Amino acid sequence: MIEVEDLSKYYGLTVGVKNLNFRVERGEVLGFLGPNGAGKTTTMKMLTCYLPPTSGTAKICGHDILEQPLEVRKRIGYLPEKTPLYLDMRVREYIEFVAHLKGVPKNILASDVDRALEQCGLGSVRNRTIGKLSKGYQQRVGIAQAILHDPDLLILDEPTLGLDPKQIIEIRQLIKNLGSERTVILSSHILPEVSQVCNRIIIINEGELVAVDTPDNLRNRLKKSSVINVKLADSEKSADAASFLSGIDGITLVKEGTAVKGSLAYILESRPDADLRREIARRLVEEGYPLLEIFSEELSLEDIFLQLVTEEAR
Amino acid sequence: MTKLLAIYKRELKYSFQSVTAYAALGIFLAISGYFFFSLFRFYNLISFQATRNPQFTQSLNLTDGLLRPFFSNISIILLLVLPLLTMRLLAEEKKQGTFELLLTYPIRDWDAVGGKFLASVTTFAIMLGGTFICPLLIFLYANPEPGPIFTGYLGLFLVGCTFISIGTFFSSLTDNQLVAGVTSFGVALFFLIIGWAVPFVGPRFADVLGQFSLLQHFDGFSKGLIDTQDVTYYLLMTLFFLFMTLRSLESTRWRN
Repeated sequence: MIEVEDLSKYYGLTVGVKNLNFRVERGEVLGFLGPNGAGKTTTMKMLTCYLPPTSGTAKICGHDILEQPLEVRKRIGYLPEKTPLYLDMRVREYIEFVAHLKGVPKNILASDVDRALEQCGLGSVRNRTIGKLSKGYQQRVGIAQAILHDPDLLILDEPTLGLDPKQIIEIRQLIKNLGSERTVILSSHILPEVSQVCNRIIIINEGELVAVDTPDNLRNRLKKSSVINVKLADSEKSADAASFLSGIDGITLVKEGTAVKGSLAYILESRPDADLRREIARRLVEEGYPLLEIFSEELSLEDIFLQLVTEEAR
Repeated sequence: MTKLLAIYKRELKYSFQSVTAYAALGIFLAISGYFFFSLFRFYNLISFQATRNPQFTQSLNLTDGLLRPFFSNISIILLLVLPLLTMRLLAEEKKQGTFELLLTYPIRDWDAVGGKFLASVTTFAIMLGGTFICPLLIFLYANPEPGPIFTGYLGLFLVGCTFISIGTFFSSLTDNQLVAGVTSFGVALFFLIIGWAVPFVGPRFADVLGQFSLLQHFDGFSKGLIDTQDVTYYLLMTLFFLFMTLRSLESTRWRN
């Protein structure tokens, strides 16, 4: 579906992106992750044939972005960062305008426009002026223009930027629905978003590719220990809990965590492949410790991301 | 072609939905009306005096006395108004980012540039058409030759197209509308007055400079003469700046 080969972009002497190589298969939702200025937008602009690469190339559906830009553009739907729209136009009028530009045949133009509006939940605002819509609806209009001609590939640059939490959830749901039928590339620096929506993640930093994998694999790969949180009620009995916990087999480290008044929290670490939750709970209850909570902590994407990016820096 | 047409329609609708077109149209018609009024009164005065001087009467005619100065005045107003009309053409979209999105659609650069250019030409043609009431008024009171009126308007149309294509080009160079407006005004003015240097530069350069002058090529039209050389000049100027616009769009991508 997408083959990126040695793609590089320099802005003068500054590196935009450097020697990117990756492939995306049909039907994947790919998350593009990186700090601001890492080269996410640059890569997307090259894939949409807006910016020519300095060296290297990419093929989309077998068409080269340099040799056959018109063929490539026919097959992609693109939503740039900040959602540039013609604010003076009405929603339906704008989508019709885009349909003409995308060369949607006359006989299916009206039905295609209506379908895109329905899919993005824009039916009720079709005759409103775009500039007077809320940011969330404007974002939907942006997505509607991208999916209009039913493209094989959707490229969305920070689609949830500047939305309120409810709108973010709605847009994510919309992207998930769209991703079931086609390939989607979306960029973000919001990590939970990527882990919720995408089935594969590319992490780039300072223009270079740091990791490509599924969210789960990334988690497992970087897991150095498994972490269990234990919370006890604050009583006389609990006073020696720390030494008791470190006495349990397999526990490598016991730290005191922050807890609300009236309770004590401990963070236990063990080998990455061990799950000691049952053992710990049984021992604590047997010895009469007032156990309140016990849960294991997943390595979050934030941790993975920070690890990868800082490792890279070293 | 449908893509060019879609951009053309959007652009035209935009200018007539917003105030820009009406402001330009209103000011242009008001000023050209005022010019016509004062020229007409002046001609009136002269012809009144000429009744006492039969020799002078022979050299007096409507084309030279009223229409030619009227047309050349209009060309000056065009110089002031058209850059204001064209400065936003590409600069505004570049600033707002909509141009980037436009260029990722399966359209050629020409569809965007051509659509916008033709939309401005249409707005301009409506403006110019509005002034036609002035020659019509002459027909009420006198018998002017229709030929020079037709060629005069043809000449003005060609001059306007040249200004618009200069404006389109400078609008493509920047995302700042003011910069686009000022530079296109400056360059259009330069081509208008380049002929002033003709007497001072010696015979060889005089001819070259004269050939570049917008005014010199307009002279024939205002007299009722259609010279292919003049028509070619305006068409070439227009096409040259449109071509430069396409090149500039391409180069901004590479320079980005």
